[in-house]
Amino acid sequence: MAVHTSQSVVKAAGENTARGRSRGTGTPPPKPGRIRRALSVHWYAWAMVAPVVVVIGVIIGYPLFRGIYLSMTDADERNVARSIGVNEIPATYEFVGADNYIDALTGSQFLDTLGWTLVWTVSCVSVTFVLGMALANILNRRIAGRSAYRMALILPWAIPGFVSVFAWRFLYNEDRGLLNKILTGSGMDGIPWLNDPTWAKFSVIAVNVWLGIPFMMVALLGGLQSIPSEQYEAAEMDGATAWQRFRHITLPGLRPVSTTVVLLSTIWTFNMFPVIFLLTRGGPGEATQILVTQAYKFSFEISPRDYAQSSTWGVLILVLLMLFAVVYRRVLRSQGDNW
Amino acid sequence: MRRGITATALVAALALAATACGSDDESGGGKSSGELSGTVTWWDTSSVGSEDKVFKKLAEGFEKKHPKVDVKYVNVPFGDAQNKFKNAAQAGDGAPDVIRSEVAWTPDFANLGYLAPLDGTPALKNQDDFLKQAVASTKYEDKTYAVPQVIDSMGIFYNKKLLKEAGVEAPANLDDLKTAAKKIKDKTGKTGLYLRGDDPYYFLSFLYGEGGDLVDAGSKSITVDQPEGVKAFKAVKALVDDGTAKTDASDGWENMMQSFKGGDVAMMINGPWAVADTLTGKEFTDKDNLGIAPVPAGSAAQGAPQGGHNLAVYAGSKNLDASYAFVEYMTSVDSQATAAGELNLLPTRTSAYAKQEAVDSEIVGFFKPVVETAVERPWIPEGGSLFAPLGIEYTKVLTGQTTPEKAAKATGDEYRKLLKDWK
Repeated sequence: MAVHTSQSVVKAAGENTARGRSRGTGTPPPKPGRIRRALSVHWYAWAMVAPVVVVIGVIIGYPLFRGIYLSMTDADERNVARSIGVNEIPATYEFVGADNYIDALTGSQFLDTLGWTLVWTVSCVSVTFVLGMALANILNRRIAGRSAYRMALILPWAIPGFVSVFAWRFLYNEDRGLLNKILTGSGMDGIPWLNDPTWAKFSVIAVNVWLGIPFMMVALLGGLQSIPSEQYEAAEMDGATAWQRFRHITLPGLRPVSTTVVLLSTIWTFNMFPVIFLLTRGGPGEATQILVTQAYKFSFEISPRDYAQSSTWGVLILVLLMLFAVVYRRVLRSQGDNW
Repeated sequence: MRRGITATALVAALALAATACGSDDESGGGKSSGELSGTVTWWDTSSVGSEDKVFKKLAEGFEKKHPKVDVKYVNVPFGDAQNKFKNAAQAGDGAPDVIRSEVAWTPDFANLGYLAPLDGTPALKNQDDFLKQAVASTKYEDKTYAVPQVIDSMGIFYNKKLLKEAGVEAPANLDDLKTAAKKIKDKTGKTGLYLRGDDPYYFLSFLYGEGGDLVDAGSKSITVDQPEGVKAFKAVKALVDDGTAKTDASDGWENMMQSFKGGDVAMMINGPWAVADTLTGKEFTDKDNLGIAPVPAGSAAQGAPQGGHNLAVYAGSKNLDASYAFVEYMTSVDSQATAAGELNLLPTRTSAYAKQEAVDSEIVGFFKPVVETAVERPWIPEGGSLFAPLGIEYTKVLTGQTTPEKAAKATGDEYRKLLKDWK
């Protein structure tokens, strides 16, 4: 619209000059600046978008940039700004550049924790996916009481996460937990579910799988139902076995759904704070500590609280997940998926 | 141009956020007319279900003396209180006026500037009456930041009936403990000792028993990785390995109390803070069944850590005058005598021990000499921070993830990071 107007102005001006001196100097008025023009043209759109931009800026942008900034300082509890009553204590932390990153990446603590975090993520996601797929296939058939089963399997999803984690904690209790009571009742030795480092790793993965199955199952069930049944009928006519049908119809048919749920589930599991924190607090020792729980520990549990190191780990987690997402997308695209 | 707008929006957003963070005033108060008024919020950390009732009643007694003051009693679980207070105090919003601060937290809070200095305020009355061990933890850089409320140490709690059945006495040292535990297992089928594996505070008496300590504040040196420290780690590991003790790395407190109260273990190492809860157990409906003895000696010495709780005033309190008076009231001889009589908690004032309530309490009578000889912990701001690294290594030793030698060394290394320029 404005483009038209300004053109017409120029045109008009040009016409004027062509007509001679009748109207003053005749030079065209200066072109308005790009920003001003955009504002005057799209001000309404910007006004509409502004609240969203402001909200995103406040709730995502500010913490993100503050975190990145803190990770390049030596901020801890003793040198950040605080206001206690009438006393204002100014911040005295200093900029230290990439020191925190160098420390984290060359020390053993970050790499050890990363190693277990990867094991945790891969095992949780793969087990959840396989079990979710199996359950989805079972529940996709017409079996008696299908809706009851579906409801029951969605249950872990419907219970608030911390409630179910606490319930598991009671079950796992070595002395008084139900699991060990059953074991000892049937003449076996109790298992130190959360007290032995290896068992503790197994236990946290089991709980996370339990929590993750409903999402996998529901998503894959949706995918299964969108596969046209004609394909199965045709395959059966051609004499394909059940395995062949699964391998050549179900799996490719599920591909768009499964790639998405695997990506989401990986990101969620990588950062699955409540399961680890509420079940073991990273223990025994540091056997089940994943990157996020350790970052939390730095800024909330140790004293003096180490904000700089905590934000460094936070930024590294973000970078790792972004790298994963990019690589994952690349691989999928190279295999012909278009998302 | 789009970027320009976004930047403007961001700046505007930040300005908005900054102004939104302005604090709003809370119930002011003071003593404009010479009478105290306003609200005093107190965060108590005593155990719920036993101690909290008595302290709540006691705190509300302050309202009777000063009718215009409203005391808000809030019980914060002990394990969360340090963090919650730090969060609130740093944000300058939501912190209580008075906090029950564990002895090791007090120098830490004071160092961070969260506590109001109490010298010359009405909070301190009859300072000479306080036990000198108790006062030590309230000082930071020559100022007083808290008033001692209770003092404690540790002893070995035992189930008299079970020990009698097994025909053993309360063990005086670790060897006695091992033989006693064996007899208990043979005669009654119960485990001898519950060793709390998730809290390194319960490790200290073993460390002192071998003649070691975490750090030596006098010579500014770290001592946990000395040979004594290694011996202490070995000692606790041996207790768990040979079945003398059972342990738990996750629900330590809960499992310890349930096992002891239910008679599944015969002994536990604990302090006066556990007495009220223990007496609610089915094994101890007859109070006399609970016996307490000094912690077993190690190969070199015998010692238990000195602990306790102070009351401190938040520097940002809107109602300092009433808070000072409240702290004075809660640490007065009468209040301490009530706590001693009803909860068997140890007073910090010498004169409170002469009160009938304290004299009548067998447990207070037992712990008094223990406290007087208890090992003083270093009252440095980092005092509380020493437990996190120790806890990790302690649990690792008990669960077989590391050796005593490596654990002692790793703990020492962490301490050197924490205490810069210490030896």
